[in-house]
Amino acid sequence: MSLIMINSLVKEYNGASDVVRACDKISCTIEKSEFIAVMGPSGSGKSTLLSIMGGLNHPTNGEVIIDGLDIYSLAIEQLADFRREYIGFVFQSFQLIPYLTVLENVMLPLAVTDYSNKQQMEISAEILNRVGLYDKMHRLPNQLSGGEQERVAIARCLINRPPIVLADEPTGNLDSLTGIEIMELFQSLNAEGQTVIMVTHNPENAEFAGRIIQLKDGKIAA
Amino acid sequence: MKLYHIAKNSFFRRKTRMVFLILGLLIAISTVVTLITITRTMQEDIAVKLDEFGANILILPKSDNLSLSYGGMNVSGFSFNTNELNDTAIPKIRTIKNSENISIIAPKLLNVGKVQQQEVLVAGVNFDEEIRIKKWWSLIGNIPKQKGEAVIGAEVKNKLKLGLNRTVKINKKIFSIVGVLEETGSQDDGLIFIDLREAQELFNKPQMLSLIEVSALCYNCPIEEIVRQTSEILPAAKVVAVRQTIKNKMDTMHRFESFTIGISVIILLVGALIVFTTMSSSVSERKREIGIFRALGFRQKHVLNIVLLEGFFVSFITGFFGYFVGLLISGFTAPVLGVTTFSLSIDPVLLLGATLLSIIIGTGSSFYPAYKASRLDPSFALRTL
Ligand SMILES: Nc1ncnc2c1ncn2[C@@H]1O[C@H](COP(=O)(O)OP(=O)(O)O)[C@@H](O)[C@H]1O
Ligand SMILES: [Mg+2]
Repeated sequence: MSLIMINSLVKEYNGASDVVRACDKISCTIEKSEFIAVMGPSGSGKSTLLSIMGGLNHPTNGEVIIDGLDIYSLAIEQLADFRREYIGFVFQSFQLIPYLTVLENVMLPLAVTDYSNKQQMEISAEILNRVGLYDKMHRLPNQLSGGEQERVAIARCLINRPPIVLADEPTGNLDSLTGIEIMELFQSLNAEGQTVIMVTHNPENAEFAGRIIQLKDGKIAA
Repeated sequence: MKLYHIAKNSFFRRKTRMVFLILGLLIAISTVVTLITITRTMQEDIAVKLDEFGANILILPKSDNLSLSYGGMNVSGFSFNTNELNDTAIPKIRTIKNSENISIIAPKLLNVGKVQQQEVLVAGVNFDEEIRIKKWWSLIGNIPKQKGEAVIGAEVKNKLKLGLNRTVKINKKIFSIVGVLEETGSQDDGLIFIDLREAQELFNKPQMLSLIEVSALCYNCPIEEIVRQTSEILPAAKVVAVRQTIKNKMDTMHRFESFTIGISVIILLVGALIVFTTMSSSVSERKREIGIFRALGFRQKHVLNIVLLEGFFVSFITGFFGYFVGLLISGFTAPVLGVTTFSLSIDPVLLLGATLLSIIIGTGSSFYPAYKASRLDPSFALRTL
């Protein structure tokens, strides 16, 4: 069975005067350990698709089955638990919490788990080491460069060891050299068995992916 | 890291954003503390002054006889019956449960004496107590220090053509007049005052008393309760509260209290409103941040708790410091308001009360914003605005 199965997914937004169909009967499957790049013009529904796969956005119609679980049949709070266990998000422009240090930002997902403070420290230190930010763990986000902030965001998304990493234009605000570093990080994660789904505009970045899903007007293009 | 770490850091590292909230709540709490402290001190000040201003309890022998009037109050007859009042009552009054509220006990023996072929009302009193309970007396001369000395009222002086340092013969015993009362406008003007013991000897009524005037310090003390306790301990006596005095005292104090409560409620409502609006706008400013929490797997309940905890931190800290700010303000304003008895001491109950009140207001007004925050659409995290 595929890790992710999406069946005739429809998402409509109620605009000011009209209804916007951001996802128009999308069906696709994604296997475990795939590295997918989602591409397409602005407004084609990439972010919407990603948020629906991540359990953040209720679809208008259709179903999303992850690891055999129809996630939108879950109650609100259980859906939050699902996100915690299955999904690691990397947002566009990093989205670190400005009043928390690097370490605290990375630890954030553990704040609602049963891990003790000591365990949380150990897990976070290990991940920060991996992304090369161990020395800067007590800084606040605004004391870091863009690339460093991105790596904090990636460390944060990895802390719960989620089977699926969802990244929305992770290199959108980075220079291309830093972008390549980040792609190499994703690639090594993927090599360890993590499923990575990444939205990108950048064909250079898309080359790191194993498969490209092309969206146009809310539909998967051929 | 736990949720309260997040709330704590949000509070301490976003201080500039919280500054109006902190200031608003701090001003509210410290103003209320100032009001309460000042009012309380003023009340005590006034209560002490009022309380010693005349008796508020009268103890009389039970009697079926027609009564004579004294000081506007009815006093039982001079012909004593079996239910007499005597000296033993005085120490008993000091043993009632609320005895610490009893301030002055002024026993009296009233008797008609013969002076210059006329009948004059003679009062045997304990002068030390009598001058304390009759703050309005102004005496030319002194109070008697030894046997054979008397004080006379203004009317007695005029009608009997007496004066300071003269002598007066009461029932054949000679007294020297050591003090003359200036006109009081009360029945005291027509009285001759001598020492209680001497009066009891002179009129051959050993140990007997006609009435006892009692002044109870009744800042918030239940005067009815003191009357009840005294009647219980003196079953043969009639104990009455002098309603007029008490009612006026209570009215004055309660008017003060209602004023303070009224103003405090308004100030606290404004404080609550400040917390509510600041928290609400803080929540809508942080929609994306809250979306991130939710995307990372925080439940609605967790988000609710973070916002409530922030409200708690703000209100706990401002409540605690607000008390001290209020105390300081009281220290500066008390002398201006003519309160001389104010001492800058920490009242732990008020400190706790102010902190709790602040927490209730701060956390209470954060409930709705916290609820709104928890219901925000989590997909805000991914939105590019
Ligand atoms: N919350 C929303 N409310 C209304 N319309 C939305 C909302 N989010 C996205 N849209 C609309 O849906 C379409 C797809 O948006 P999005 O998924 O963000 O595309 P992309 O990420 O490919 O740029 C766009 O037309 C956008 O305006
Ligand atoms: Mg997008």
